Order: sequence, then C-alpha cells, then structure tokens
Amino acid sequence: MPLTKIADFGVSRLSILDENGKADEKLLPKLTNPQFLDLFTWMTLLRIFDDKALKLQRQGRIGTYASSLGQEACTVGSAFALKPQDWTFPTFREHGMFFVRGTPIVKVLQYWGGDERGSQSTSDVNCFPVSIPVGSQPLHAVGCAMAMQLKKKDAIAVGYFGDGGTSEGDTLEAMNFAGVFQAPVILICQNNQYAISEPRSLQTRAQTIAQKAIAFGFEGIQVDGNDVLAVYKATLDAAEKARAGKGPTLLEFFTYRMGDHTTADDSTRYRTKEELEMWRKKDPILRLRMYLMAQGILFPQMEEKIIAECVALVEKGVSDYENMPAPQPSDMFDYLYKEMPPALAEQKRNFLSFLSTQKNNAQPNKTEGPGFP
Amino acid sequence: MKANMVQALNNALALELESNPNLVVLGEDVGIDGGVFRVTDGLQTKFGKNRVIDTPLAESAIIGTSIGMAAFGLNPVAEVQFSGFLYPGFDQLISHAARIRNRSRGRFSCPLTVRSPYGGGIKAPEHHSESMEALFIHTPGLKVVVPSNPTDAKGLLTSAMRDPDPVVFFEPLRVYRAFREEVPDEQYTIPLGQAKVTQQGNDLTLISWGSMFRTSMEAVQQIAENEKYSIEMIDLRTLSPIDWPTIHSSIQKTGRCVVVQEAPLTLGLASEIMARVMEKNFLHLKAPVQRVTGFDTIMPLYKLENYYLPNAERVKEAIRKAMAF
Ligand SMILES: Cc1ncc(C[n+]2csc(CCOP(=O)(O)OP(=O)(O)O)c2C)c(N)n1
Repeated sequence: MPLTKIADFGVSRLSILDENGKADEKLLPKLTNPQFLDLFTWMTLLRIFDDKALKLQRQGRIGTYASSLGQEACTVGSAFALKPQDWTFPTFREHGMFFVRGTPIVKVLQYWGGDERGSQSTSDVNCFPVSIPVGSQPLHAVGCAMAMQLKKKDAIAVGYFGDGGTSEGDTLEAMNFAGVFQAPVILICQNNQYAISEPRSLQTRAQTIAQKAIAFGFEGIQVDGNDVLAVYKATLDAAEKARAGKGPTLLEFFTYRMGDHTTADDSTRYRTKEELEMWRKKDPILRLRMYLMAQGILFPQMEEKIIAECVALVEKGVSDYENMPAPQPSDMFDYLYKEMPPALAEQKRNFLSFLSTQKNNAQPNKTEGPGFP
Repeated sequence: MKANMVQALNNALALELESNPNLVVLGEDVGIDGGVFRVTDGLQTKFGKNRVIDTPLAESAIIGTSIGMAAFGLNPVAEVQFSGFLYPGFDQLISHAARIRNRSRGRFSCPLTVRSPYGGGIKAPEHHSESMEALFIHTPGLKVVVPSNPTDAKGLLTSAMRDPDPVVFFEPLRVYRAFREEVPDEQYTIPLGQAKVTQQGNDLTLISWGSMFRTSMEAVQQIAENEKYSIEMIDLRTLSPIDWPTIHSSIQKTGRCVVVQEAPLTLGLASEIMARVMEKNFLHLKAPVQRVTGFDTIMPLYKLENYYLPNAERVKEAIRKAMAF
C-alpha cells in the first residue's frame, strides 16, 4: 500500500493595517470612531506608563519591572475585544490588559513596587493576578473556561503566555484540555521573539507557534501583533466562536519586545541594533496613528490632548502609589487561610510583639546583593 | 584570585568543563547571556554550544533529559533560574533522579548537579525568594548543598559535579555579590557532608547555612560587644547528608544550641536538627534548643521581605534565651 495523505493542514496569518498605516478595507473590524480613538488612547497610555515605570525603577521607587514596549497592540487589542464578564489570566507583561479591563494604574505600580495589595484588584475587574511561573496560567484559564461551560455562563476565559511559555509542559497540557473539552477559551501567545536571551528558534523547531493548536485539534492563527486592528478582530472572532460553544482558539501574536526583558536584563548581550531598527519601523502605535490621521479620526491637536491626559493619568497613578501607606507587616499572615489556624495566629502575635520591642519598628534587615534579573 | 560567589562558581564550572570532557552545562539563558546572574558567563564562548547549552524554557525537560544524560555517561550541570522554578521539574527530580539508582538496583545512576539560586533579600518578585530546601532534604536519594561564601562555593560545587549521585546545589542570592574574598586559583574540592566549625566556643552552638550564616555571624559580633558568651559557630554547608558527628560533639561541649534558617518554621531543617540533638544529647542539654526561622507564611513581596527574613536581632534574642534558661 502506498503512503496516503490522511490529513492536510494550513496556518493562516491575519494582518489588517500595514506598516504604513494602510488598512485592508475588507478585513476592517466594525469600530466606531470613539472606539478607534480608545484603542489609540490605551496604547498611548501604556507606552507612557511603561516609560514612567522604567524611570521609577531606576530611581528605586519600584522594583524590577517588565516593560511591554512594542507589544502595546497585543494586550490592548485583545482586552478591548472582551466583555466585562470574561476572565483573563495574565503573565507579568500584560499591564495593558489590566488597564483596559479597568484596573487602576496605582494597583499595577503597587504590584511592581513589592506590595501585595497591587494584586488585590477590584472585584469588578475579572482578572486573575499576575502569574510569574512561566506557562502555569494557561491551565487556570482552561479550568475557568470549563467552569463557565459547566455553569452555563456567558463568559469565556483568556490565557496569556509568551513564546518561551510554549515550551512548558503545562502550556501544552492546557491546549490539550482545551481541545478535549472544547473549552470556551482563547489561548494567546505574545510571541515577542525572545524569552530573556533566547530567540524563538530555541523554543521550537516549528515554523509557527499557531500551528501547535493543530496537534490538539483546534484552530491556531498567527496575527500581526503590531497591528491592533488585527489583534482586536482575531480576539473578537475567537471570543464569538467560544461563546457559540465552538471551542478554543490559539492566537499567536507575532510581535517584538522592544525593551530589555526586565530592568535587570541587558539585551545588547544577545541581539543586534539592526534587528531593533527593523522592528522599530513596525511600531504598533505609529501605524494606527497614521491610519487614524489619514481617516480624519485623529488630528494633531487631539493627539496632543490625548497624550497630555495619559501623562496626567500616569502621574496621578504614581502619586497615589507613593501616598499609599506602607503595607502592614502583619499582612503576610492574614491571607493564607480563610480562618487562621491557632498556631499561625500565635506566630503572628509573637512576631508583632517582637517587632514592638524593636527601635521604631524599622525594617530589621538591610537589602544587599544584586537586583533581580 | 579575589572573587565573589558568582565568580567563584563560574571558575569552578570553567575548570571542571576543562578537566572533564563529559561535563555539560544546560539551562535557560546559560549560553550567550551567561545566566541571569552571570554564573555561566563566558562559558559558552569558551567551551562551545555542545557543552554549554541554552535549552527551551522547560524545567521538567531540563532535569528529565539531564537524568538521561547522566545515566549514559555525561555529567550534566543543570541550572534552574530560581529555586522557585524548580517545581515544574520537581517530579523528575524526586520521582526519577533520586530513585534511579535504587530502582535499578545500582545498575543506573544519576550523577547530576542541579544548581539554583535561592533565598530572599534582593527585592525580587514573587517565587524568587523562597527557601524551600526542606522539600529536597526530605527526599531520599538527593544530596543538598548550600555554600555561604565564595571559597566553599567553589570547592563544594566541584565536589557536587564529581559526585556519583544527584546533588541539588542552592546558591544564596543574597551572598552572590555581597563580598569578595581570596579564593584559590587551582581546582580543589570540599567534601560533601562536612560541616565547618568556623569559630570555637564553649557556651552555645550556633548552627546555620547559606545567607543565614552571615546573619548569625553578625549577631555573634554584635552580642560580643556587651555579653561575654563563648559561641561555637557551625556552617553546615551540606544539608543532606548532614554532618551529625560535628553537631553532636559540639553540643556535648556547649550544652546549648540555636539553629537559624531562612525557611519557614514547620518541618524545616531546624526541626530535624532539634530532634536529633535532643535524641542524642538529652543529658548534655542545659537549655531547650532554640530556633530562628522564617514564618509559616508565603514569602512576601519585597516591601515586607525584610520582616520575614530572620535578622541579627532575632538571632541575638534566641541566644540570650538559651543562655538565660
Ligand atoms: C517556570 C519558570 N521558569 C523560569 C522563569 C524565569 N523567567 C522569567 S520570564 C522568562 C522568559 C519568559 O519568556 P516568554 O515566555 O517568551 O515571555 P516574555 O518574557 O518574552 O514576555 C524566564 C525564563 C519563570 N518565571 N518561570
């Protein structure tokens, strides 16, 4: 018997706005002018925030920070396509998603400032807290989607991860569960080409990340991650599909991390200026700006106003953060269990009484050594 | 050479890569980046991509493939970027690395070293600051090492890399660049399983390891300003197997003991030390053994981490309590 081909697969790529701000009219998502401007404003806010956060880190006012410079379209466009009842499961690089979904700026600063209250997001914002262990949270998203499915809720879940994250077994297991149970979930890979120093080619031999979905029996699409309209449309389509009970989708947002991995990283060790320059031309904000200007939706005066408003919002966030009273040392005991076991309560009491014997409750240790990478 | 712990470890790796052709270093960002703390800096350039391997981001795969390599003639030195990220590889470590010799009745072995930065004190995000050594000490078949200074780090890592069994080598983050000292240029080993009595004394035995050794030393120096206690200090260095004879003979001399660990209280290594000390030296003891530990809570984010970490004040308090009993 000769070999017979029993299956045939392809992977498509969605791109709507090109680098020069020219849109493919047939693919344009239906957005009102204020919505177009919202997308522009959120991305602008995120960029201003990232820039400010880097400065705060350098001045020692927050800790290690992971910038999302260059990836604004991914988090803003995807979050913009969701409904408030949907749930998102972020990594540490989804500040844009947090903002769009309604998390106050001060919370994000608190989190990066080493204050747990930053993760205590307001109860009307459906975001799980940041998950630092790479590849761990797609499973939570799938589980959440299964819960929504079983409880017949009109909500879907979105799990974010990076290109590095696709190498973790947990991420692949999440895809498998999503496929097997036809969970109403969108798995979003922000393929920013690097996992710290390692280029995407070190993570997988596969030509695309999108195609990984095929092995698990559902659709994977590559999307121009620097094109906020494509990101928005792909997420909206996947969300509609999930809501209609048609199962999961893997979206590979093909983008680029313009900054260092975090403030403790030095990306000049592993990538070239030329590469950076090549990607700078693909800037996601620039191309939306060109499109909106050409359409007459945005004009210079309005842009100035938007920028000024974003700067003011970020500055307000910073001052809220810095005026926040320090977290109480006792906080570290209080959220471990619903009811504190007696032995832990005793540890807490002993600790607080020890602290009260210390000179003006000063932090008892000095920090030394290197910062965190 | 003058070296901090990062440089001493780098030197140990370089010398062993040179002298043992079967040694391979693998992990996330260990190649061109030289590791996020630069412990493997320059090694890939010098020894090539076949010996110093940047792997995909997958701890289970790093440890799991290391087990296969180790069983078939290589000496893998796997880096797990932070000890908080050992858990995806934990199954491979406890279900296989620790067991393959026993399971195969000695036919296969696992000469594997897993290096991982651990401990708090550097203002890192969540999962980057815990001290979970007890999980590994509790696992039969693993050895566990924690150096407290550059010189020991080099000698202990060299021993770990030559050990016939799997060794988990924890590198205290807070000590990495805290100080430099004169470290011998040549290759040398410090045997695993040997604690170091760093200071002789007659009144009390103070036991610690890793970054807490430095905190303990600080406490001893401070307390010496006013109180005339004669304190014997033990730096455990290897946490599994433990050097019990050194501990017991010290306690039989001093009759008092304080154990300092950064890890949570419950079932930390201090618990085991207290139990053994009591079993062996009951009639020698002049006071209940005291311990200074982290709390049974999650290591907090950095604004509170210094409240969590044991400090010299807490160590002094424990010493005074033991002395005053
Ligand atoms: C399980 C685990 N291993 C290692 C790390 C350390 N680490 C933090 S981010 C990172 C790279 C992540 O790359 P990617 O998934 O592509 O996301 P990106 O940082 O590029 O957004 C690594 C290795 C971690 N946080 N979790």
